[in-house]
Amino acid sequence: MVYAVAWRVLSDTGAAEDVLQEVFMQLWRNPGVFDSSRGNLAAWLGVIARNRAIDTLRKRRPETDVADVVVSVEPDMAGEAERGRAMEKVRGVLADMPAAQRSALEMAYFEGLTHTEIAAKTGEPLGTIKTRIRAGLQALRKAFTS
Amino acid sequence: MSGHEQFAEDLALLALGSLHSDERVALQKHLEGCASCRLELERLRGDMALLNLSAAGPAPPQRAKDRLLKAVAREPRANATAQRRPLRWLVPWFAAAAFILLAVFFWRQSDTLSQRVAELQNESAQQLAQLEKARRVVATLTSEDALRVTLVAAQAPPQPQGKAIYSRDRSSLIFLASDMPALPPQKTYELWLIPATGSPIPAGVFKPDARGSATVIEPPLPAGVPAKAFAITVEPEQGSLTPTMPIVMMGAGE
Repeated sequence: MVYAVAWRVLSDTGAAEDVLQEVFMQLWRNPGVFDSSRGNLAAWLGVIARNRAIDTLRKRRPETDVADVVVSVEPDMAGEAERGRAMEKVRGVLADMPAAQRSALEMAYFEGLTHTEIAAKTGEPLGTIKTRIRAGLQALRKAFTS
Repeated sequence: MSGHEQFAEDLALLALGSLHSDERVALQKHLEGCASCRLELERLRGDMALLNLSAAGPAPPQRAKDRLLKAVAREPRANATAQRRPLRWLVPWFAAAAFILLAVFFWRQSDTLSQRVAELQNESAQQLAQLEKARRVVATLTSEDALRVTLVAAQAPPQPQGKAIYSRDRSSLIFLASDMPALPPQKTYELWLIPATGSPIPAGVFKPDARGSATVIEPPLPAGVPAKAFAITVEPEQGSLTPTMPIVMMGAGE
């Protein structure tokens, strides 16, 4: 999942490999940055990988220390079968989402655009973009808690 | 998040890393003292983790794995920090644990299979033994040189037996008895000729000797009476003219 997320963000195999390398070496050098209180490891690594890939994409220094990242998520993504089921569900939620909402969410998440940039790109009000991003994330959460 | 709705959208942006720096600083300050907003931030990151699942892409190439392993191998051991050591130390432990788990798994599999094979072999051996036994039984039963002998209980008491030889034309009767039970005092056995028609005719009284043997030789009988059978009863010592039941022995002519 680490490589898949990095590849989705960067659309470049070499850069995705760098992120993979960096995320795992960070964990290797400093295993104390993750413990079970930070959520399950697969989910945590995925979020760290996405953030690192966005930092790479935007050529910026990391904004958040990995040690501060805590992930609270319902499904256990460690098992292949559970991850497969969760994957299907997520894709279903995204497919059912209004196109504008899905688009705002994906631009923010996988392209690393700020809400200001998305508003400028789509011509939508800033508040609308903020609301769509939050509502999109909540729709995903709701699918796993209902 | 109750009572903190004004932060809700900014928290989502913070999780995504797209909040402007001045807003971020303000929100992070709020987070330091607000557990419910911190929890919401953790949940938003959980939502992001779910979104990661929609990222379909190629599997990492082998060279990425090789590169990672080389980098791990290159990590200096001497300068390892206190935090590195536990993981380095854990690597051989994990490898050993995985090996042991696999070994135990395969050993259990192997052991189970061996037990099953042994059970099947045992069942097979038993069935072969039963089949061989059945073959021997049939062979003995059908053998031409088989000697057939009927055995009786060695301790069984000898059965009383009487033989009557009667000639109607000669009105002559010879009776031989063996293994007769001893009589009660003042009692005697009485032999009866049962004619084809009419009442039983007295044919002599007798008392067996110590070995149970007795004879009746040519008792007085009416002439020319056809005999259907002979019977013996126990009677008073002087004998009777009619039999007293029960009949203790009886035999029809051959």
